[in-house]
Amino acid sequence: MCEYIGVTTLDTLCEGEQAYLERIDDRGILGKRLCDLGWTQGTPVRCVRKSPLGDPVAYGVRGAVIALRRVDGKNILVRRREENT
Amino acid sequence: MRGRRMCTEAAAYTIALAGNPNVGKSTLFNALTGLHQHTGNWTGKTVSCAKGYFEQKGARYCVVDLPGTYSMQPMSEEERAARAFLCSGKADAICVVCDALSLERQLILVLQLMRLSDLPLLVVLNFTKEAKRRGESIDAQRLETVLGVPVIAIEAKDKGAARALGRAISERLIGSRYAERTPLLSQDSEHTPEQLALLAQRAAQACTTQVKGKGDARDRAIDRLLTGRWTAFPVMLILLAMLFWLTLVGANGLSDHLMSAFTWIENALVALCVRLGVPDLVWQPLLVGVFRTVGWVISVMLPPMAIFFPLFTILEDLGYLPRVAFNLDRGFCAAHGSGKQALTMCMGFGCNAVGVTGCRIIDSPRERRIAMLTNALVPCNGRFPTLITLIALFVVSGTAQGALVLSGGIVLCVAVTLLVSRLLSATVLRGESSSFLLELPPYRPPRVGEVILRSVLDRTLLVLGRALCVAAPAGLVLWVLANVRLGDQTLLNALATVLDPIGYLLGMDGCILLAFILCLPASEIFLPIVLMIYRAGGSLEALGSLESVKELLVAQGWTTPRAICVMLFLLFHWPCATTLLTIRREGGGWRWAVVGAVLPTLIGALLCMIVAAVFQLW
Repeated sequence: MCEYIGVTTLDTLCEGEQAYLERIDDRGILGKRLCDLGWTQGTPVRCVRKSPLGDPVAYGVRGAVIALRRVDGKNILVRRREENT
Repeated sequence: MRGRRMCTEAAAYTIALAGNPNVGKSTLFNALTGLHQHTGNWTGKTVSCAKGYFEQKGARYCVVDLPGTYSMQPMSEEERAARAFLCSGKADAICVVCDALSLERQLILVLQLMRLSDLPLLVVLNFTKEAKRRGESIDAQRLETVLGVPVIAIEAKDKGAARALGRAISERLIGSRYAERTPLLSQDSEHTPEQLALLAQRAAQACTTQVKGKGDARDRAIDRLLTGRWTAFPVMLILLAMLFWLTLVGANGLSDHLMSAFTWIENALVALCVRLGVPDLVWQPLLVGVFRTVGWVISVMLPPMAIFFPLFTILEDLGYLPRVAFNLDRGFCAAHGSGKQALTMCMGFGCNAVGVTGCRIIDSPRERRIAMLTNALVPCNGRFPTLITLIALFVVSGTAQGALVLSGGIVLCVAVTLLVSRLLSATVLRGESSSFLLELPPYRPPRVGEVILRSVLDRTLLVLGRALCVAAPAGLVLWVLANVRLGDQTLLNALATVLDPIGYLLGMDGCILLAFILCLPASEIFLPIVLMIYRAGGSLEALGSLESVKELLVAQGWTTPRAICVMLFLLFHWPCATTLLTIRREGGGWRWAVVGAVLPTLIGALLCMIVAAVFQLW
């Protein structure tokens, strides 16, 4: 099941939903920084909770909780199902 | 003691304390060196390198507390500082502090450090107990084998932690060599970030066993309350109001007691001087000028500060500040500012100069400047007690109502901060907001006892020090100004008369405006100056209690509308000299310092004029 469906952007995840990181389309500081935090391909990302005004959104990755703004989340692609399963 | 004494002597080894932000480096640093770096549960608290010393088995070690770094490919000021130090050759060894709760991520930095330098490395695992409670048991021994460098597990806040770390440094770190490391990283090949992350993940998994635990359910439950859709803002306001209420209740009686104590001492000293036949020209400036001002500043300022700051620090220790930033970010996003501006704003409650320095955590120069210029829009601890006093005297008498009014004032400050930020980014600091990420750290039980002890002691010393350094000379200058005569009036009255028209326009009077100008060195001395100007003889009346302060002010034509104008102008006017100098240093030149002074003044003047006009029409 290696189809391309199920790929979406990070900001579309609902609270509590888990996905797997596919690609970060950010050549700037954010892309590098996320990379340093271990946001690499295949990393499980869980949408932990949205802030009271809906933006930013907190994600659980590798034991840490990181909040990102929705605008930035649009540049991050995730897959709803794990690859090759 | 042991740390300070040896500062002048050379140390045998220099140890750099590195690690991700908010993993307990400063706590460990303080425990090791006996110094008191401010600690708090949020990312970016340490913005510059602190240095301290400790001794182990007769050898002296110098410890450098580096700012937290996510990466060795630096992207922010403090990361550049950390990397520069590690590469400078000044360090003999590195201690990497790792948070056991997110080990995978922490190990990425460890691997990066291994690649960056050949220095001996010690991995310090912090919060292992908490990790186990959550269901992940970490085997330090196993990690040591996997990484090929010494690893110790400690709890930074425990008493024995410093000793254990000191021993590990002297016995296992110094002398260990790179050659002993297992070839986890192949020397010749470049590692992509993905490979490093994968290696870190494997290493972490190899030494972690899942045990029965609670996971992070507790943190998420607290988050639901503190950042919930319907609860976040009410809880924020309730916490703020409670903070103020406790401060008001506690400070109320204390101020009066201190005041009467100072009055008693003064009277005794005056009587002594008179009996000894000391000339008037000697004891009057010293006792009526200097002593009275210092006594006033201490009795009005000290109690609220000694209560407010421990409470605030407890919230900080707990990890609440990043949640505040999380809740408020939407606003700062709309204002085209950085989300971290909420954090620097909170620092401003303590001291605006510290808040301005803290703006280093913001990466984008444009957003950093906005944060700096707007920092003085929240009241610092030099202005809080004056606000509290004025509210109690002129607005509401009850402590609960007082706390509500004060909270309302803070909400106004935050609103103005957002508005001004938006205005700045639409005009002189044009631009869109850059990307930002904010870490929400695990909640940690605050060390209540230690926090209270430390902040009461530190704050008390700080306030006393400032009172002596600023209030004492100011008292002397005022006494001189008030007793040198220009024609038929004193110099002070002459100046006040000149300022009267502007003062009246703003709903105040010339004396108040003059006091605002004269308290530029430190906002703490505003009220004493006002009282001193009002009193015909020129020095501060021996007051004895807050009620007599009110009588004096009312006699000078103070009404509730005037008090409100004074409070508004106190919230929004030029920041103190220290803050302005800090803006100049951090923001690049006098130009921005001038903007930082003019901007809040304009807002304050505008608000005061509106309030004054409204009350006049009424």
